[in-house]
Amino acid sequence: MIWNIARTALTALRRDRAALALSFVLPVVFFSIFAAVFGGQRDTTPKVKLIVVDEDQSHASQQLVRALERESSLVVSTRPDSKKSQPLPEYSAATAEAAVKAGDVPVALIVPKGFGQNPIGFGSDNGATSLELLNDKSDTIAPQIVVGLLQKAAMTSMPLEMAEQGMKYTDRYIGGLTPDQRKTMEDNLDNLRKTESDRTSNGSGNSDSNGAGIIAIKTRAVVGQDKRNPTLSFEAAAIGVMFLLFTASGSAGALLDEAESGTLDRVLSSRVTMTSLLAGKLTFNTLLAFVQLVVMFLWAWAVFKVDLFGHIPGFIVMGLCTAFAVAAFGMLLASTCHTRAQLGAVSTLLILVMSAVGGSMFPRFLMPEAMQKAGLFTINAWAIDGFTKVFWRDLPISQLWQQISVLLAIGIGLFLIARRIARRWESA
Amino acid sequence: MSTAVSVGAGATLSPPLSIDSLVKRFAQVTALDGVSLEVRSGECLGLLGPNGAGKSTLIRSIVGRVVPDSGRVAVFGFPSDSAKARMALGWVPQELAVYPRLSCRENLVAFGRYHGLRGPELKKAVDWCLAWSALKDRAGELAKNLSGGMKRRLNMAAGILHRPKLVLMDEPTVGVDPQSRNRIFEMIEALKAEGTAIIYTTHYMEEAERLCDRIAIIDHGHIIAAGSGDELVRSAFASRSQVVARFDGEPERIAQWVETHHGRLVDSTAQFTIQRSTEIASLLDDAAKAGLELVDVSMRRPNLESVFLHLTGRELRE
Repeated sequence: MIWNIARTALTALRRDRAALALSFVLPVVFFSIFAAVFGGQRDTTPKVKLIVVDEDQSHASQQLVRALERESSLVVSTRPDSKKSQPLPEYSAATAEAAVKAGDVPVALIVPKGFGQNPIGFGSDNGATSLELLNDKSDTIAPQIVVGLLQKAAMTSMPLEMAEQGMKYTDRYIGGLTPDQRKTMEDNLDNLRKTESDRTSNGSGNSDSNGAGIIAIKTRAVVGQDKRNPTLSFEAAAIGVMFLLFTASGSAGALLDEAESGTLDRVLSSRVTMTSLLAGKLTFNTLLAFVQLVVMFLWAWAVFKVDLFGHIPGFIVMGLCTAFAVAAFGMLLASTCHTRAQLGAVSTLLILVMSAVGGSMFPRFLMPEAMQKAGLFTINAWAIDGFTKVFWRDLPISQLWQQISVLLAIGIGLFLIARRIARRWESA
Repeated sequence: MSTAVSVGAGATLSPPLSIDSLVKRFAQVTALDGVSLEVRSGECLGLLGPNGAGKSTLIRSIVGRVVPDSGRVAVFGFPSDSAKARMALGWVPQELAVYPRLSCRENLVAFGRYHGLRGPELKKAVDWCLAWSALKDRAGELAKNLSGGMKRRLNMAAGILHRPKLVLMDEPTVGVDPQSRNRIFEMIEALKAEGTAIIYTTHYMEEAERLCDRIAIIDHGHIIAAGSGDELVRSAFASRSQVVARFDGEPERIAQWVETHHGRLVDSTAQFTIQRSTEIASLLDDAAKAGLELVDVSMRRPNLESVFLHLTGRELRE
């Protein structure tokens, strides 16, 4: 009897091809996404973007910058990208800080004037000139990577400065060198200068050595320094968008129910046209999604102290744009799928993939480059970026134009496709 | 806008519905094969046909949900997909096409708005409809919680809310108890009394006989007969009568014998058409000679059921 029950269930599953496909495809798709993000593909490990401002322009600072540029896990830029033939001026401390605040890079390094005269400091109170690291508090990984690589770069790129500094310390702490000792040291330093000169002209460098704490670094958070929980507003946006997508899929199901029950036919036999019907559903679903976001952020404000009322204009704009794009996505699902079962399978697959790749499940900056680019094809990524700009970076609405444009374009595009596909309901 | 639908000056001379040489094909299947039909003002036309005969395709063509390959459908002289035709048309689909989570009143308000009714005019139409469908005391009840008969009445009310002059009713009594069916008949008769033209499809011959002034029989996409019940019987049987007999014996032998005597077996009952009553005696004599034992026999005037069977070779409810 047990076997009979199992056999009946198997037969029913075989008839529901969408559910059958989902059972096997979804785990494979998800495994692939997680594998791509967290394991296996080492060659696509995310690189940390770093802005370097060399105010010192000394030999030591230039050596340090070159060493950083050689690091494979860093993408170092000293000036903004320019599409024109004329390069843009180099970053200053102020523009670098603005870039971190805008979220262009997670970290910026300022090499201050005077660094080259006193670059190395063994111990904490040694009078060495500190490098300044400006970071975004929401990204806790990037500054640690940069600090580690800075120490490594210092060890490998500035042997001359290290030796000179070492001689100064020796001279100071042992009560002075004899003339012979001083001459021997100077000769050795000359040899070192010559070796370093040769190495620079050859363009080679030893990147195997390691070290820590030999240059002083002051880290300063320029974004989120006064925020209580760095990940809270990100989570609210990320989880919010994912659930909006599920709600949109559910609302889309109502249209399929109406088609199946004959209500849609009856409505279309009245004055209502297919375009006005879909537009009406889109309007409702947009407002529903927006109200969901409002409720979610009100909860986040009441319980987790997210500063909703300090960001009302940005929240409304981003909320409406996100809700519109999500609602249009729901309309496309409804018009594409023929049955509830299909809708369930397709929407689950699409929403989970979009949420994984688009950053609703884990931050996109942790993903490999290719995955981050793929995320740009999702509503989640643009919505999360926009909400992060509003709540984390405190940017004005004018700075949201990119996210707003993309979300509106996605919404309009998806709706037009949905309208086109919905012609199947208009008449046979 | 008045509560009753205005279909425009000049249109009053045109019949409520005029269908001319309508053809519709779905892939290899010809659902409508040159259908021509006219419905007059205040007339209730019964549309009868076995399953798959083309009834639904014809109804859906009239309401603009099916685009014909050729031919023409005019509602009060206007093309069926025009706004004026839509306002003049009311459609009661066979499915319960209402919003289950809306109350009766909310459903009627929604469909009223879809037909362009607003404000006091809408309220008046909804109140009239609730009274017409005897749902006034259930106005606040959710549609999904109504009984089968009430759902059917709400389904009808949603189709005539805007007071159309031509109403298409697609099997409106499917699955309802006799009491609710009578209530629905009264609703339809009230509409007829107001001069509304109606097309009524059904599988129940007694409904067609009670409600319809004329009947059109459709089969394989053709209108194979049209006229009043009496006209159809006369044209199919003239002055002939029907003999209905039941025999005891081997079914195969009975079937073979009925076939040789040009009769039909319907539900184990043999039916023969005879010109004179004296033919009964010779028929029964032959049966006795063939060794068939007669259980009972009766003679009757052919009815619509007989006409349908005669013309299509199938029972109406097949």
